[in-house]
Amino acid sequence: MTAQEKIEKPLPVVDPGSAFYWKSAREHRLMLPRCLDCGKQHFYPRDLCPHCYSDKLEWMQASGNGVIYSYTIARRGAGPGFAADAPYVVAVIELDEGPRMLSNVRTQDVEAVRIGMKVKTTFDDRTDDIALPMFVLS
Amino acid sequence: MIKREAVIVGVADVALENGVVPGGASPLQIQARAAKAALDEAGLSLRDVDGLLTTGMWGIPGPGQLTSVTVGEYLGIRPRFVDGTNIGGSAFEAHVAHAAMAIERGYCEVALITYGSAQRSERSRTLAGRAPVLTMQYETPYGMPTPVGGYAMAAMRHRHEFGSTSEQLAEIAVATRKWAQMNSAAMMRGALSIDDVLKSQMVSDPLHLLDCCLVTDGGGAIVMTTAEHARALKKKAPVYVRGFGEAHTHWAIAAMPDLAWHTAAEMSGKSAFEMAGISRDAIDVTEIYDSFTITVLLTLEALGFCKRGEGGKFVENQRTAPGGAFPMNTNGGGLSYAHPGMYGIFLLIEAVRQLRGECGERQVKNAQTALAHGTGGTLSSGATCILARS
Repeated sequence: MTAQEKIEKPLPVVDPGSAFYWKSAREHRLMLPRCLDCGKQHFYPRDLCPHCYSDKLEWMQASGNGVIYSYTIARRGAGPGFAADAPYVVAVIELDEGPRMLSNVRTQDVEAVRIGMKVKTTFDDRTDDIALPMFVLS
Repeated sequence: MIKREAVIVGVADVALENGVVPGGASPLQIQARAAKAALDEAGLSLRDVDGLLTTGMWGIPGPGQLTSVTVGEYLGIRPRFVDGTNIGGSAFEAHVAHAAMAIERGYCEVALITYGSAQRSERSRTLAGRAPVLTMQYETPYGMPTPVGGYAMAAMRHRHEFGSTSEQLAEIAVATRKWAQMNSAAMMRGALSIDDVLKSQMVSDPLHLLDCCLVTDGGGAIVMTTAEHARALKKKAPVYVRGFGEAHTHWAIAAMPDLAWHTAAEMSGKSAFEMAGISRDAIDVTEIYDSFTITVLLTLEALGFCKRGEGGKFVENQRTAPGGAFPMNTNGGGLSYAHPGMYGIFLLIEAVRQLRGECGERQVKNAQTALAHGTGGTLSSGATCILARS
């Protein structure tokens, strides 16, 4: 297989609703919308607060700290782009600010991962434009 | 004026060999064959059909984008009531609910519900390829195996909170296989032990290969009309739709309200039981969507057949197997009978056959009331129907 034929991992297709989030991620900042009415944060970014339906939202930078809410070990890759990475950890991270997000926990020892472990953000620079927020054990 | 009461008067599925339609058939051919068989059983023809409810995953991009329009055209009918509700594999339980309301309101007289898939023959199963756009741009890039990964994380969370085990999940696969052994139409009929399940390949921890449903072709159809019409047709005993409910909560797995609890099933089940006005122990036979063993465990809790966290204990000692106290997934389920992408229509077909007493060796004695519950997406949606002989 030549380099040109290498099967790439899927990248987020950025749209007007996600542009600021991904621009911030490229700068290695994890940004969350916060509701000015109910005070809660949410993920992924929306135009209306999913807790109280207010449209009064602002961006705030997340601490980057959270815990593993649940996880799985992908023993086979999700499609050819991920085949070489298996086994790898896919996890739902509960951020200290409250919202949950799907991500990867990057670790040399997938078997040692457990629910409740503390994690912190790292960024995987996939391309010049896209960096994916990921997590490592903290 | 006589009250219009919706009933199921015909059901059919398409015969498979090793999980495929012998000789091959397109999703449209499969649906046409199932529709004709179900209508024949009811003593009706396509000429009588004025309501069409269908959804699927075929022909996208292309004619599958307007599923009901394409199926209607292929069948040569011009329905005046249509419903293409797509909430995943539970869609057909919702279709029965919607058809019942349309029939009872006089909006249609004969409703046809269809589903067809050639995913195994076409090797077209593409659920893993959720394009990384809109809501999925935040999930697909992380390589979660879909749909198994989301269910695996639910199983992991349930284990963390309540101590459920892989052995308990395997109980479900083994009990379901025992039913399949009594159904000549089932794909997987070989002996299966709990140990076999635990020793099968780990796919996405903690789910093993034998915790996962089959990937097959298949199709089915359901015909509904009024009880009065059914009496005039003088065919099989009509099956009454006594209660229904539907709900959905999320698709992105991080948006699931509680990974250890099937919120949509709780909501749809509550609606269905309230409407039917019966208790859980009035159900004689239960057909529960088994995309994965954990789907069943979470659904049993959410529908109120056991308490929260006790699903693992509930299924121990082969409780859901033939001869057990809780007959469930009596055709062999998605785990051992067939699973053509969206399985919900087969739950209903088996429930109807059980209520008619047509199931031969696997017949649940004197089954008067049945529950069919579909789950779609990644524990995203739930739709429940309670069916009865009278």
